[in-house]
Amino acid sequence: MTLSPTSPSPRGRGVGGWGHLASLAAQRLLKIVAVILAIAVTNFLLIHAAPGDPASVIAGESGAADPQFMAQLRAQFGLDQPLSTQLAIYLNHVLHGDLGTSFRQGRPVAALIFERLPATLLLTGCAFAFAIVAGIALGAMAANRVGRITDSVITVLALGFYATPLFWVGLMLVLLLSVWLNWLPSFGMETVGAGYTGLTAIADVAQHLILPALTLGLFYMAVYARLTRASMLEVSAQDFVRTARAKGVPEGRILRRHILRNALLPVITFAGIQAGQLIGGSILVETVFAWPGIGRLAFDALLARDYQVLLGVFLVTSILVVLFNLLTDLLYAVIDPRVQTA
Amino acid sequence: MHDLTRRTLFAGAAAAGLLPTISRAQTTPAPKHGGTLNTILTPEPPILVLGVNNQGPTQLAAGKLFEGLLQYTFKLEPLPQLAKSWSLSDDKKTYTFKLQDNVKFHDGQPMTADDVIFSITKFHLELSPRARLIFSMIKEATSPDPHTVVLTLAQPFDPFLLMFDVTACAIVPRHIYAGTDYRTNPANQHPIGTGPFQFVEWQRGNFIRLKKFDQYWTAGEPYLDEIIYNIIPDSQSRALALETGKVQLTQANDIEPFDIPRFKAKPNLEVELHGWEYASQLSWIEINHRVKPLDDIRVRQAISHALDRNFILNKLWFGIGKVATGPIASTTRFYDPKVAKLQAYDPNKAKALLDAAGLKPNAKGVRFTIKQLALPYGEVWTRLSEYFRTALGHVGIEVVLETTDAGAWAKRIGDWDYETSTNFLSQFGDPTLGVERSYVSTNIKKITFTNTGGYTNPKVDDLFATARQSGDSAVRAKAFSDVQAILCDEVPQLWLMELAWPTIHEKKLHDVITTAMGPNAGFSGVWIG
Repeated sequence: MTLSPTSPSPRGRGVGGWGHLASLAAQRLLKIVAVILAIAVTNFLLIHAAPGDPASVIAGESGAADPQFMAQLRAQFGLDQPLSTQLAIYLNHVLHGDLGTSFRQGRPVAALIFERLPATLLLTGCAFAFAIVAGIALGAMAANRVGRITDSVITVLALGFYATPLFWVGLMLVLLLSVWLNWLPSFGMETVGAGYTGLTAIADVAQHLILPALTLGLFYMAVYARLTRASMLEVSAQDFVRTARAKGVPEGRILRRHILRNALLPVITFAGIQAGQLIGGSILVETVFAWPGIGRLAFDALLARDYQVLLGVFLVTSILVVLFNLLTDLLYAVIDPRVQTA
Repeated sequence: MHDLTRRTLFAGAAAAGLLPTISRAQTTPAPKHGGTLNTILTPEPPILVLGVNNQGPTQLAAGKLFEGLLQYTFKLEPLPQLAKSWSLSDDKKTYTFKLQDNVKFHDGQPMTADDVIFSITKFHLELSPRARLIFSMIKEATSPDPHTVVLTLAQPFDPFLLMFDVTACAIVPRHIYAGTDYRTNPANQHPIGTGPFQFVEWQRGNFIRLKKFDQYWTAGEPYLDEIIYNIIPDSQSRALALETGKVQLTQANDIEPFDIPRFKAKPNLEVELHGWEYASQLSWIEINHRVKPLDDIRVRQAISHALDRNFILNKLWFGIGKVATGPIASTTRFYDPKVAKLQAYDPNKAKALLDAAGLKPNAKGVRFTIKQLALPYGEVWTRLSEYFRTALGHVGIEVVLETTDAGAWAKRIGDWDYETSTNFLSQFGDPTLGVERSYVSTNIKKITFTNTGGYTNPKVDDLFATARQSGDSAVRAKAFSDVQAILCDEVPQLWLMELAWPTIHEKKLHDVITTAMGPNAGFSGVWIG
């Protein structure tokens, strides 16, 4: 936790300015490329260490197989080559921006991923935004009225959502809002075949989005609410807050400018780490709500040993996670000008 | 009581379904045009061209896009589809198929004998292990005219006509596939068949949309405008979708067995159990005969005595299906109820047999330990392995469960790397097509779904060979009866259940299940009332 003994200036860019931010970003980008390559190699080796291969999975599903069938499939997938050759081919392709072709679906991996990525980004983005906004607001409210009934209600709710498994929350929400009240659809991303366009189409997707985004967001909202509350209580006991109060700064301004801004640093640290987790954590929610995102693509590919798709998803999500981390670091520097290189 | 109802349903269905038109005439007066059928597809298939991919969900959706020459009644008698009639020469070697007129592919090209011959002798022969085995017997394929196909076999092969439904031999367009790499042909992403419905779009992970094919060869059909397959991976979400009316039809393993009683009680829904006679899947505990003491007949008989198959049927599958009586399902041809009898549930007899085999319990009451590789195909299969552990525990056999995922399971079975496991296989209507492969010594191979257990009995080999090579039904029946008697006694695999997959649909959806192809059929006659 980076709490300061003295009050930071509430406005201004401080020492480094935008130039500093740019060099920070450049340094990080270099590291990112190295990290991503290492991830690609590790993933490749890990995946091939799992028992079974796509040919045996396809044979298992078809309910019939013979040696010619297996040999044909393995030759088509390039699995008859030595592992080192396969790795070399794969890395060469990746460096040229080619993620390969799905063994099973016979379509380019990049197309498969970029078809599904928007759904995941929409879901996780909304869930994340909801979690941050609602979490910080609830946490601030609770801290502001600490010990009173509002605080107790918020604390109990936050603890509840923190402790409850995601899929159960999802099922209960479906039961309430979709089965009993019939307000919201329980699966999918749109009303298939309805032929909506323009605003109606957006409203339709939004309706489908509410339940999964809530389900995914509630846990993280609880985390941020608890964190914000604790952090604000800690900051509000600091000397600079007392000073501000003694100077006669209005209470609302103290809350926003002095307490909340300082209290946000640990929240941002956490959120940065979790933004990455959120993409992985969406697999469960995507499954329960039949949301056509990238998490399910990865899960299905794993079960089917569709190596190329799995590697592609891993690569793309690692890039996203690394980018999120970069964004967090930059955000730090914006919120707290004392932060140099993270 | 429960069991009685189910049996009545089965019998009634079989009688009503001799011809699809009969059952249609009986149930409702006039079919209506129009409407969209929302249903479920799970797990999501990789590709919708049969031959390139043959897994269950592919058959379900692609069965609407493609057609075979024939389909079958619940009693497995052939019915016309793309072939309007067929005949067999006196020497039982030459089959002549007359094709329907005016059949068009979805791209508007006419379907002719050339497409049929290409599909049989090139496409499926190269792609499908099942088809390869049978179609390699074809010595000559000719087309005297564009609507006649003549296939001449090297020797008579009695179950030949069972190889022509859409799941075994879908007719594909020659003008699109000839001379290409079938597996990577771009048309695999936009399937073109002759079926009553044509492919519109497939948003991966979301839905597959099919629409009515306007130039379908049966005038006035199909009735439905659209079929939408929703991809819903979670079984509870699927049950909810059916419950809330978001989908009007579920099939195969969409709904978990423990949810079936709930849906049976719903007045607006119908639960149908027939329509799987062609597949007639039989489940069993798969035994690796290389593992001692499982090679001992007495030990296998003892385990068979230790299993309460009625418990499995009623408590795990909630009464859906039938208790197995031997290696051949009762819905498959040449099933002989007189000889097909398995060891009755009797733990004491099991213990006596194990004692006789010299396997006495040690101080902890354990005679020996085996590892059971659980089948990773869902909740109910896990429970089955748990039941197996408990049941065998009662007679002093300790069972250690091993868990895995589908990929690793198929690999380990194929590598003979298991002691016992669970398995279920389709029988394809005739024991030569779907049963023989698991028991003959010539098919002991390091490939999943061969005789991976390694069971060997020269008499069994001979009887299956006789049945395969004879064109005479009486000779075949005799051979199959004898082989059923031997296998029931030696229990090379521990047969458990004849699986039935419930098709649940809203009552306003009519004529859904009319043939032994069940929900894999083309749905040209399905309508919403």
